[in-house]
Amino acid sequence: MHELSIAMSIVEMAQEEALQRGVQVNAVHLKLGALSGVVKEALLSSYEMACDDTPLRGSRLVIEDVPVVIFCPHCKVQRPLSSVQLFCCAECGTPTSEIVHGKELEVVALEIQ
Amino acid sequence: MSPEPRLVEIRKNVLKQNDVVARALRTRFHAAGVFVVSLVSSPGSGKTAFLEKTLTLLRPRYRVAALVGDLATENDAARLARSLAPVKQIITGTLCHLEAAMVQRAVDEEGWDLGQLDFLFIENVGNLVCPSSYDLGEDLRVVLLSVTEGEDKPLKYPTIFNSADVAIITKSDLAEAVEFDSEATRRNIQAVRPGMRVFQLSAKTGEGVEEYLGFLAERLAESRTMAAV
Repeated sequence: MHELSIAMSIVEMAQEEALQRGVQVNAVHLKLGALSGVVKEALLSSYEMACDDTPLRGSRLVIEDVPVVIFCPHCKVQRPLSSVQLFCCAECGTPTSEIVHGKELEVVALEIQ
Repeated sequence: MSPEPRLVEIRKNVLKQNDVVARALRTRFHAAGVFVVSLVSSPGSGKTAFLEKTLTLLRPRYRVAALVGDLATENDAARLARSLAPVKQIITGTLCHLEAAMVQRAVDEEGWDLGQLDFLFIENVGNLVCPSSYDLGEDLRVVLLSVTEGEDKPLKYPTIFNSADVAIITKSDLAEAVEFDSEATRRNIQAVRPGMRVFQLSAKTGEGVEEYLGFLAERLAESRTMAAV
């Protein structure tokens, strides 16, 4: 359970931006990869806790799930992975460890006022 | 009147701070010529016994040291110290994983001359979930699973297997007693991490350990050749 420390980092980052711009943050938009090692539900509840006693109290965390996309060395194209239990091309079945997307843990935008 | 809400793009990696420290550590390790190996596994899969064996066998041939992370107690450091290698315990308190800054602090506190080391081992906190998100500046991440844990562990924890470079099946001396299916385990590892190198060994009997040590020696030589180019 490392979601609380991650939520605190998110709040800290958003707070810094808000302070610099002299604005209020209504929501933080986050990209969360399926292979980020972070659990969405735990992060959402941790976020609320992390916001307590900060200017972000009452703000929302908007999570965009990023599915895993792999590169197939045989087809030479990027394809979504059908299951994280089986790393292979969904079309030709070639095994691959080349992950293009899915490890994201990134604050992409702030909704400010 | 307050202005209308609007969206501003910022694009910032949440773990940037850790990644920056990890990158700096990696540069420092490479400059010193020390090869850094981290170990991750669930609690009780035999990381400490395996590391003690590794240190004991490598010490006559190489200059080795180890950092070991735990929530509490210095028990592991005491066990590893029996290998006579320099060992430092990192107590994480309530934290379920090691972060790059803790590794940096531990190395600095001990005052180890990294240029005088061939291998530095970092034993992470026993946890198959959280350590996967944190780069520690290591060259090689080893994930361990013991024969008593069940063949489907890689399928249950694909993220950590994906963040690792090598898998080690430990406690192979118990394989027969627990009817361990090595083929199925290897198949599951390959399913979540195609091409992953797998070693099966017993820290207790020593079976299979030399093959792994040979692999480490090769990787050390490779990294030094690359640094020299």
